[in-house]
Amino acid sequence: MKTLIPFFAVVILIVLALAGVNMANMQFLFGVAIPYAALATFILGVIYRVVKWGRSPVPFCIPTTCGQQKSLPWIKQDKIENPSSTGWVIVRMALEVLLFRSLFRNIKTELRDGPKLAYGSDKWLWLAGLAFHWSFLIILVRHFRFFSLGVPFPIRMIEGLDSFLQIGVPLFYMTDAVILAAVTYLFIRRMTIPTVKYISLPADYFPLFLILAIAASGVIMRYFAKVDIVSVKQLTMGLVSFSPVIPKGIGSIFYVHLFLISILFAYFPFSKLVHMAGVFMSPTRNMANDSRMVRHINPWNYPVHVHTYEEYENDFRAKMKAAGLPVEKE
Amino acid sequence: MYNAGKILIGLIIFFGLATFPFFYNMGKAIAKPEPKVDTPEIMKLAKQDRKCVESKEFMRAEHMQLLNEWRDSVVRSNTRVYVNAEGKKFDMSLQNTCMRCHSNKKKFCDECHNYMAVKPYCWDCHIAPKEKES
Amino acid sequence: MAKFSAKPDELAKIRYAPPETEWMETPVEFREHMFCHAAKPKDLETVEFPNAHEWSSKDEDWKLPANWEQTILQGMKDLLGKYRSFQLFMDICVRCGACADKCHFFIGSGDPKNMPVLRAELLRSVYRGNFTLAGKILRKLAGARELTVSVLKEWWYYFYQCTECRRCSVFCPYGIDTAEITMMGRELTNMIGLQLGWIGGPVANCYMKGNHLGLEPHTIKSSIEFFLDDIESITGIKIEPTFNRKGAEILFVTPSGDLFANPGTYTAMGYLMLFHELGLDYTWSTYASEGGNFGFFTSNEMAKRLNSKIYAEAKRLGVKWVLGGECGHMWRVINQYMDTWNGPADFMEVPKSPITGTVFDNAKSTKMVHIAEFTADLIKHNKLKLDPRRNDHLKVTFHDSCNTSRGMGLLEEPRYVIKSVCSHFYEMPENTIREKTFCCGSGTGLNASENMELRMRGGFPRANAVKYVHERHGVNMLANVCAIDRATLSASMDYWVPGVGVAGVHELVGNALIMKGEKERTQDLRLEPLPGKEGSE
Repeated sequence: MKTLIPFFAVVILIVLALAGVNMANMQFLFGVAIPYAALATFILGVIYRVVKWGRSPVPFCIPTTCGQQKSLPWIKQDKIENPSSTGWVIVRMALEVLLFRSLFRNIKTELRDGPKLAYGSDKWLWLAGLAFHWSFLIILVRHFRFFSLGVPFPIRMIEGLDSFLQIGVPLFYMTDAVILAAVTYLFIRRMTIPTVKYISLPADYFPLFLILAIAASGVIMRYFAKVDIVSVKQLTMGLVSFSPVIPKGIGSIFYVHLFLISILFAYFPFSKLVHMAGVFMSPTRNMANDSRMVRHINPWNYPVHVHTYEEYENDFRAKMKAAGLPVEKE
Repeated sequence: MYNAGKILIGLIIFFGLATFPFFYNMGKAIAKPEPKVDTPEIMKLAKQDRKCVESKEFMRAEHMQLLNEWRDSVVRSNTRVYVNAEGKKFDMSLQNTCMRCHSNKKKFCDECHNYMAVKPYCWDCHIAPKEKES
Repeated sequence: MAKFSAKPDELAKIRYAPPETEWMETPVEFREHMFCHAAKPKDLETVEFPNAHEWSSKDEDWKLPANWEQTILQGMKDLLGKYRSFQLFMDICVRCGACADKCHFFIGSGDPKNMPVLRAELLRSVYRGNFTLAGKILRKLAGARELTVSVLKEWWYYFYQCTECRRCSVFCPYGIDTAEITMMGRELTNMIGLQLGWIGGPVANCYMKGNHLGLEPHTIKSSIEFFLDDIESITGIKIEPTFNRKGAEILFVTPSGDLFANPGTYTAMGYLMLFHELGLDYTWSTYASEGGNFGFFTSNEMAKRLNSKIYAEAKRLGVKWVLGGECGHMWRVINQYMDTWNGPADFMEVPKSPITGTVFDNAKSTKMVHIAEFTADLIKHNKLKLDPRRNDHLKVTFHDSCNTSRGMGLLEEPRYVIKSVCSHFYEMPENTIREKTFCCGSGTGLNASENMELRMRGGFPRANAVKYVHERHGVNMLANVCAIDRATLSASMDYWVPGVGVAGVHELVGNALIMKGEKERTQDLRLEPLPGKEGSE
């Protein structure tokens, strides 16, 4: 059930787009209205989410320190894993966001006879995660050619690198294969590792199926069931110039592709996918371990009821005096 | 501690990236490509003979595939004859078959390729036809 | 209740395969020896905790206060607004499972709800159901559920099966820290009067008497005097420390466990000897007589209330700075919380070692220095005469405490001290030390006796790593810088790796320290013969 419901949800979305375009001629709805609405939802939703996080303060300085602190001058500080300055926090965050540093540490625990616990390096999740995210990013960036005239050089360069193997025509993009493989791996992993399967929710499978369907429809459109790409660009350019047009004769698979992307964008802020924004705000990673050097301020640090020394001495004065301990009041 | 300043900067960057295509194209004239098929060679033909090797729809979507197959066929197996869906035979040649009619590379090929930001590597080997600047 | 009697071999047969039923459909089962008794109402009342009542987790009816659901949901809402960590960690987990086999309780029990991700999902499911649109509409499909008595019981069981060690947080790609989740979970149970006896009692003691054992001022003095007698018989030197003395340069605060039970007491003897040898101008306090902070295992407010005593006492006595003893979570609190709660400590000076002149710039705001930093600095400057041969009967390994490694980064200082005072030092396997260190299995107030199976299961990964060096190098002493470690690892070693003792780093320092005017030592601080001195009694 946990996998079937999200699977059929994606199937229904595909059928919806096909039916809407082929039977009801709702090209404008699927080609213009929904994409605009989805993008607006995405942008406003992410801003809403970030602002909501931002409204809760970080009351304490709680970095997870993963290396030697800054202490005595002759002890070498691990500036990346235990930064004490903003500059090194940025380095730590960059490694985290760009290379998934923490996931790279992943180890696998195994109980063997003895009993003996063994820990082995386990980088597959890291590798698949990195491959997936980077290929997603590259694919997103090279789609910019549909949204600009006179495509800027960096984008052409990324595209050139992605297709430099010069396999087939249209040129085969490596990221197309990588993203399909990586998403498939992430799905199989979720299904086959018992503990991971146990923790998985429908909300974990849905984005996997959705992204798989988006990538697959894109691949089909590029290599197999080609659509009139010039018309597609007329449509996309119409969108970015706020003068939407629906050119005739674009294959319905394009509308499926676009609809699924719209769903992904609209779904993004209200799902676990917001980790894209959240990772930047994680207090265990984005703070310097400097709380003994600089006082961290908690905005809601209210006064509390304490047991004062005076009350303490009142409780024990006689015993303290008998034991020869100094007291404030005789 | 709220870090409001840093969050705001982050949100501005996010908004900028997410809406970049809108800003990038602002104020630019967006003309749709109109490839010309009015070369003298084509005009010479009778109206009913003005047909490419395959249908217009097929050529629009698959011309790159077709050219690729032609190249492989000629270069690797020395087979130079293409038989189209109607059984008509053509010489597999970019320069002698395609470009004979479509002698206007700039107005025909480049029009769409530039629009789509596609850079086919045909002209890495083939010499582009000399055209008069028009 | 039958005494816990499972053999290590039986306990180590761990099944990691999750049950057939989905976790939301698998109600919690309270297994004997896996949970702690409830707190006594009078202890909760002492510190003005709400809804104190008589109850037992074994009963069907927990006598929950009326409207307890509203109390919890309102409490959750407040906490979400107060802690970005909580709000964020509720939203961004992708359930990748990287944390799953990193938790010592999961490794030791195989219970899937001890996977950090699932522990957090216990809370997240209720969060989704009550605070997110998707959860309200899609319900179970979005992983949401109602807050019911059964869910609450699950919270109780599993938030008190987490020691807030942060090991999962090291591996999480978003740094999600289950310690934060558990703290919130515990705040919530406290709101409706649910608390552990082993936390509630110590908290009340800390509040009223200044330390978790409830030692009254004269008892503290007499405990220490008892150590002084032992020190005199070992070294021939009579030490006269001071208590609550105004005008001392340094206030010394250490966990009170070291004043009470072996082997912590030997660590306390080490401190006394070191400070005497240095001629340090310092004082003990009977009011701020607890470095550890049991309030930290209940609520933020309680932790702050207990912690306030350290600065208050420093101010009253007019000391220049504070020196802190060996303790784990005490140092998480001092490093990451104390100054924020009860600072600024602007009535003191930036700590400066009176012996070496070293200025501890890393503590320039809190004004509190870790004893391992202090001693490492002394040794580096050759201020101590040490004879490591006196520890030659010991083959030592070092257990990094969760909090000092992952909430501070105190890794090299204690190692430097140990290597200076011991000849035989061996590290445990790389994936079980430093930032990847394992918890002793009994932190955050879980070191009771009725939950011994839980403790032994939680202590299994650490003990197993000790076993490795025990078998390979003959290691027989597990050094550490934490009072809870000293109190709990002894039990864990006896169970899993018999033959390995537990010692604070400053016990080893005390053994090696050559004091001015001392007689020829024949015994170590445990009054056992020194190597080569057997039979000289």
